[in-house]
Amino acid sequence: MWELIRANKRKSILLFIFMGCILILLGYVIGEAYLPGKGGYNGVFIALIIWVIWSMIGYFKGSSILLSLSRAKEVTHNIHPQLFNVVSEMKIAANLPAMPKIYIINEEAPNAFATGRKPEKSAIAVTAGLLNRLNRNELQGVIAHEMSHILNRDIVYMTFAGVMLGTVVMISQIFLRGLWYSGGSAARYRSKRSNRDGGGAMMIIAIVLAILAPILTRLFYFAISRKREYLADATATRLTRYPEGLASALEKISSSNIKFSTANNITAPMYIVNPLKKTERSLTGLFSTHPPIKERIKILRNMSHGVNYNNYQSAFRMVTGKGIIPTSGLKDSKNIPVKEPSKDTSKQLSVKEKKREFGDLIRAVNGFVFLTCVCGLKIKLPPNFKKPEISCPRCKRTIQMPLAKIAAVASAVSAGEAIKETPTLEPQRYIRKGKMWETITCSCGNHIQISPSFMGPKASCNKCGRIIKIL
Amino acid sequence: MSGLLIFLIIVGILIFFVVGMYNSLIRLKNQVKNAWSQIDVQLKRRHDLIPNLVETAKGYMKHERETFENITRARSHAIKAGNIGEKIKAEGALNDAMSMFNVVVENYPDLKANQNFLSLQEELTTTENKISFSRQGYNDQVLFFNNKIQMFPSNIIAGMFHFKEEEFFEIEDVKEKEVPKVKFS
Repeated sequence: MWELIRANKRKSILLFIFMGCILILLGYVIGEAYLPGKGGYNGVFIALIIWVIWSMIGYFKGSSILLSLSRAKEVTHNIHPQLFNVVSEMKIAANLPAMPKIYIINEEAPNAFATGRKPEKSAIAVTAGLLNRLNRNELQGVIAHEMSHILNRDIVYMTFAGVMLGTVVMISQIFLRGLWYSGGSAARYRSKRSNRDGGGAMMIIAIVLAILAPILTRLFYFAISRKREYLADATATRLTRYPEGLASALEKISSSNIKFSTANNITAPMYIVNPLKKTERSLTGLFSTHPPIKERIKILRNMSHGVNYNNYQSAFRMVTGKGIIPTSGLKDSKNIPVKEPSKDTSKQLSVKEKKREFGDLIRAVNGFVFLTCVCGLKIKLPPNFKKPEISCPRCKRTIQMPLAKIAAVASAVSAGEAIKETPTLEPQRYIRKGKMWETITCSCGNHIQISPSFMGPKASCNKCGRIIKIL
Repeated sequence: MSGLLIFLIIVGILIFFVVGMYNSLIRLKNQVKNAWSQIDVQLKRRHDLIPNLVETAKGYMKHERETFENITRARSHAIKAGNIGEKIKAEGALNDAMSMFNVVVENYPDLKANQNFLSLQEELTTTENKISFSRQGYNDQVLFFNNKIQMFPSNIIAGMFHFKEEEFFEIEDVKEKEVPKVKFS
């Protein structure tokens, strides 16, 4: 595993240096075009300053910017237990030093990304649509893929490379637009004033370079990105020992054609599959951030003999005819057999129920409070709900509001923190006798009735707020 | 005089090596222990979850007394098990009882729709996955430690201070070892 990370580092640094050279050359040529003779070094200096400042921001604030751009909300175990459990399983498998923070994005398009500058401080974000669509094993595959990005230090490289690309694009845009708006007169004036042939020729070179540089850097950037996607797939199958999980997850994700509204060009390479559908047409091309999904799935499905890096390598060779993992990463040849999939604990749901579950998840993430009426109706209250009691829309019973809980949840949401279960009284247990009307006596002396159609895991006493687990 | 000095130096170097080797063996033993405690936490959690699951299922499954008794017996054996060898055996028996239970559950659609039962089952599944993922880490540590004990020269030190080989945590599961033969074009 460590060998692979090191080999990875060397290759990335090489591509990185290429991108840096383009940036320096661009700075030099543009500077020289404006001030022949002495502008070149100033141009380089300015380009590097812009890059350093952006890199600093990207390194220290990148993950919080990315998370807030995608409007992700942090969650804990109580909002989506399965997601939390799968992440903690993968944390054990990957031997990460700390549990990554978990975020849910309010998006129906299925997708996921990981962020964080080091494994101790990482975060994994998944969309609500992803959770809604995938079963347990598929979710495990996706989480393992994201965990691999953290483990292989992909995020740091992609941040720096992305910033480099951004800087190159910005500098050439400013230059070309400046030229456009001044109608080229400034350039003509300057070139007349100084060395006639040198300045003019330099200006033409600068224009050509300003057009070509962003394209070239983009090529390098996407080349790094694609390679790292494959490697993350390889590491992910090694972690889960179940390639089919990730394969069928990728299949499900790619078959969805819902538009992703919060992704853009810069954040696209961070996701497990490209969230921007318009680039899907040229998937095999040099200009795609992600390798073609069909190919990724095919490779994973060819790994029936084991899940170590050698197996991935041979499956990759079978599909594409090339190798992907550097030989130094193939040293540990211990065979790891494919595991049996774990039992799927999610309910079989109809389309309508799935839609409802999706809505409930988004509400839970955004701080809605759920109450179950005695008649079995689930009532969903927004975080700014203030009335002390409401009447049930179905049976017209009056329901007392757990106002303290609503306020606690609302304050957590507005502070941008994860919603935690509010510590309340010691919960009580009640074992259900059968399918009929039953009366539960709370320890505070209050009686609670549950109906035959009551299916919830717990009821709460409407007097003292104690939670009664119904078994 | 010089002979004594040389003798002392040799003895010094020998003591230095012995101490170093002893310490590295102790460190490895502690790593094995630590890896085991990771598994042990998960095993305990599984033992805590099972009664809740059984309690929930009992309301729905009135005629499966035998299955429940098996689980309860296997669980109490697993809790009582002392050393690692016993534990592996007891956990294997508990696994069998639980997989029997899972087969029976399939006949009760009402139970499978119960939210509480589902969430307990999810917790049980994740605990079992965690056991299997931390088992890998434990076995790697044990392999490393056992190699050290068997190989020269650390085997001399290990023999002197009575270091014993640790047991692997292998669960005998035929399904896990079989490699499915599937070909995709």
